[in-house]
Amino acid sequence: MTEAAGKEKRKKSGRWREWSARSQSLLRFIRDFNSRNSLAMPLFLTGAMFAAIIGSICIGPYPMSIFRAGHIVFNLSLPWPLPGDLPWPLKELTVIQVIRLPRVLLATVAGIGLGLSGTALQGMMRNPLVGPDLVGVSSGAAMGGVLAIMMDWSPATVVCLAFIGGLAAMGGTFWLAGAAGKSDGIGLVVSGIFVGAFCLSCVGLGVFLANDGQLHNIVFWLLGTMIHATPETVWLVGIPTLVGGAVLMLLRWRLNLLSLGNVDAFALGVQTKGLRLGVITIVSLIIAAQVSVTGIIGWVGLVIPHLGRMLVGPDHRKLLPASACLGGLFVLLIDDFTRVILRSDVPTGVLTALIGTPFICYLFWKKQTKGWSSD
Amino acid sequence: MSTGDFIFTGLGHAYLKDNWIFRNYRGEAVRGQVLALLGPNGSGKTTLLKILLGALTPSEGSVNIQGQVAFVPQLFQVAFDYTALDMVLMGRAKKVGLFSQPTPADEEAAINALERMGIGHMAYRPFHEMSGGQRQLVIFARALVAEADILILDEPTSALDLKNQNGILEWIDRLARRENLTVIFSTHHPHHAYAVADQALLMLGENDFESGPVGDVLTEKNLLQLYGLPLKRLTFDYEDLNVETLVPVFRNCKRRKAN
Amino acid sequence: MTEKTVKQEKFSACSSGRFRRWLPKTPLARPWILGLILLIAIIGSLFMGAYPIPWHRILEILLNSVWPFSGSESAYLDLREITVVTLIRPPRILVAVLAGIALGMSGTALQGMMRNPLVGPDLVGVTSGAAFGAVLAMWLGFLYTPVILVLSTIGGIAAMLGTMALARVVGGRNDSLPLILAGFFIGAFFLAGVGLLIYLENPFYPKGQRTGNIIYWLLGTFRGAGPVKAWTIAVPTIVGGTVLMGLRWRLNLLSLGDLDASSLGINLNRLRWILITVVSLMVAGQVAVSGVVGWVGLIIPHAARMLVGPDHRRLIPASAMLGGLFVLGLDNFTRTVIWSEVPVGVLSAIFGTPLICFLFWKTKTKGWNE
Repeated sequence: MTEAAGKEKRKKSGRWREWSARSQSLLRFIRDFNSRNSLAMPLFLTGAMFAAIIGSICIGPYPMSIFRAGHIVFNLSLPWPLPGDLPWPLKELTVIQVIRLPRVLLATVAGIGLGLSGTALQGMMRNPLVGPDLVGVSSGAAMGGVLAIMMDWSPATVVCLAFIGGLAAMGGTFWLAGAAGKSDGIGLVVSGIFVGAFCLSCVGLGVFLANDGQLHNIVFWLLGTMIHATPETVWLVGIPTLVGGAVLMLLRWRLNLLSLGNVDAFALGVQTKGLRLGVITIVSLIIAAQVSVTGIIGWVGLVIPHLGRMLVGPDHRKLLPASACLGGLFVLLIDDFTRVILRSDVPTGVLTALIGTPFICYLFWKKQTKGWSSD
Repeated sequence: MSTGDFIFTGLGHAYLKDNWIFRNYRGEAVRGQVLALLGPNGSGKTTLLKILLGALTPSEGSVNIQGQVAFVPQLFQVAFDYTALDMVLMGRAKKVGLFSQPTPADEEAAINALERMGIGHMAYRPFHEMSGGQRQLVIFARALVAEADILILDEPTSALDLKNQNGILEWIDRLARRENLTVIFSTHHPHHAYAVADQALLMLGENDFESGPVGDVLTEKNLLQLYGLPLKRLTFDYEDLNVETLVPVFRNCKRRKAN
Repeated sequence: MTEKTVKQEKFSACSSGRFRRWLPKTPLARPWILGLILLIAIIGSLFMGAYPIPWHRILEILLNSVWPFSGSESAYLDLREITVVTLIRPPRILVAVLAGIALGMSGTALQGMMRNPLVGPDLVGVTSGAAFGAVLAMWLGFLYTPVILVLSTIGGIAAMLGTMALARVVGGRNDSLPLILAGFFIGAFFLAGVGLLIYLENPFYPKGQRTGNIIYWLLGTFRGAGPVKAWTIAVPTIVGGTVLMGLRWRLNLLSLGDLDASSLGINLNRLRWILITVVSLMVAGQVAVSGVVGWVGLIIPHAARMLVGPDHRRLIPASAMLGGLFVLGLDNFTRTVIWSEVPVGVLSAIFGTPLICFLFWKTKTKGWNE
């Protein structure tokens, strides 16, 4: 290496060091800020999510003022029927009631589910690298869902089969990792990849066997899309997500304990096995509901917990609500982006993967969290 | 038996059938005493600790432990960047209901415990950024918060420098004498056992062990059998102290004082 | 550096043990015998197919086509039968065999080079990159297979470099977790690109038509193999295969580890670059012609190691033959038994993943994590 090249390299590494120092100091600033005002960040995130929901309802090919939209939504959310003479044009009511509100809510709820389940999985397995995609839940749920679609069964059955598939895939991953003698670290990741690949090949078989009408549906559904938003599907995703999410919320401090590891958690008096099983079931349920309606939206469950950890720290008591809000916000914004700016239905799952993989590569590089390399 | 006492008799364990790691082990301690486990690598120290902790069911024998047990693992790696306070707070797991969160009172108890360990100012420091000795103190504080009666430590001094070894030994001593906890710890250093322990258990082999007060058990003969090298028991005066300790003799190494 | 030392390396974990006991050095454990079996399988495959022709007719046609003198028997042979046996079946069989050879060899080379029995063309992202390149070519309207090959080679090399660079900045080449994760991430990125292209249908084509074709092709199939496709896969496979055969002893040295290998005076970087290029080329050839046929490149090396041991001098030819046999068998299976052209890629994944799970379990991650 010549003198000049060496100098250039040093200069570059100096610049890089400066950058990384700057990002470190930003993270430290966030941490100090959080320790001073412990409620500010969660409140801000919740507020941001609700603001995004309201904002998303206003925008679209048919823009609307925030007051009008707010008025309509308020009236729709009242338990009694709408008044006979509407104080706004029927067109606006239709746009909101039939098109936008379901879609916005679906995106938000799907994102909340993904953020919650990713955080719970990472905490439970004390491995910042797992997510619903990596342990095979998403693929398993997709396998169940495709089976139900092929049989032309009802949406509720799709959720049911997706749930069974997701649970089976997750069980398979754990079993394989345990049988191979390594239940965390590399064993889990590798088993997840294998089990996921198997489920996806079954999905491929389904795609092959599908007739032309089903094919288009299955393929676009697999890529992850919000076009199936109707009030019914919102309920279909919403109920499991909210119920499961509520239980996870109650268990959020227990996730701290689970993240310590088996022996240590046992010594502190935690029933690790039962707790783990419970969390797995809830996560499978949430993911199954989400996959059965919107298809596989990858990488959100893996990336969001890291973002949350940067903003509010690793304590699951704050992290879990924060990642729920962040997940909802993230998926909602991506959906808005395709809906309003691209004005087309680019599959959401494709966009999340295109954004998520470079981001996770960056995190992987920076090793924000220790314990990424083999345990 | 009162709270904080324990006794185990006829204890044996085999991970595979008839492949005994140890058998017929017996040991006991009463509240406020320190028990040291000594044995070469692979003699089953960690297995025995796990059994005492209750995380492992022994293949035979009985363990009778009165009171709450807390555990301090050998290597403490946490996947996430918790603060010291978060770690200590986890000691309250048994007192906080399954579906509820710790209250401010719990948090206060945690800070209190950190202060008792002399690291109250580090409560909001990330656990990752602490030194090995400080991490041990945090885990001790967690045991205090759990209101444990018996503290089990897996090789607490093995990864530390001399100064921190001294610190941990002093803390073991203080936890036993002042906080009146029973402490069980495993170690590779007989002189550590000699310095703080009241009781010692030497894991000599599958069926062979020595158990009893430190002075009776840590004899030159037993230690020669345990480690396969001679250890000399020395007594000397340092300032106003009368020190009694054990020194290994590395007999075959070259650098010796010329006669 | 003797064979013995190499054998003591980590691969012994997979090949030793129970398998080795009931698979002693049988005559099967010789590459040339595997080659013979492959040859028999190829000829046997000519006799199978959806179009029913009695076997003696096929024999007649075959003999007739190699018989140097023009016989009078050809007069009463059905022209359609001649077409099937000499023009339709051979290219397809050839493509399947060559695809298997390419996958088996490149998987073995990758595992040896990265000293990691867990990598394969799929897991380091080469397959996804090549698929992206190929779909891009199709999307742009180039349907001529050699053009697809060029783009998919570029995609494959890009993906592989990305994976290796990412794994390297994260944690060195020797740790397997960074490599596998990097491969997974990069592969997912390129697959998302494929998804995007599938979504953005080319305006030049009637709506819906291309989508179905691309999806079907992506699942991995040998349907519609003709002379052009056969040539497109034959050239990279034969060129790359020759290079790998030439380097097969060097792979032994590479699998010892960086320090050992460089102390033996090998130019590691050059060797690695050659291997990366060759592997990407071979995988791209296979992908350009037949889509994503996964898991073959991961499993075949393990199977071959059980048969002939970890020495790459025998392992490389053996895995080539085994790969050819395996893919040909799968293709024959869908062609004749299932009768419905289930994509070979789907079959290979459905059979392959349980197999690799079994291996994973059997080896208890011994030597998988160093």
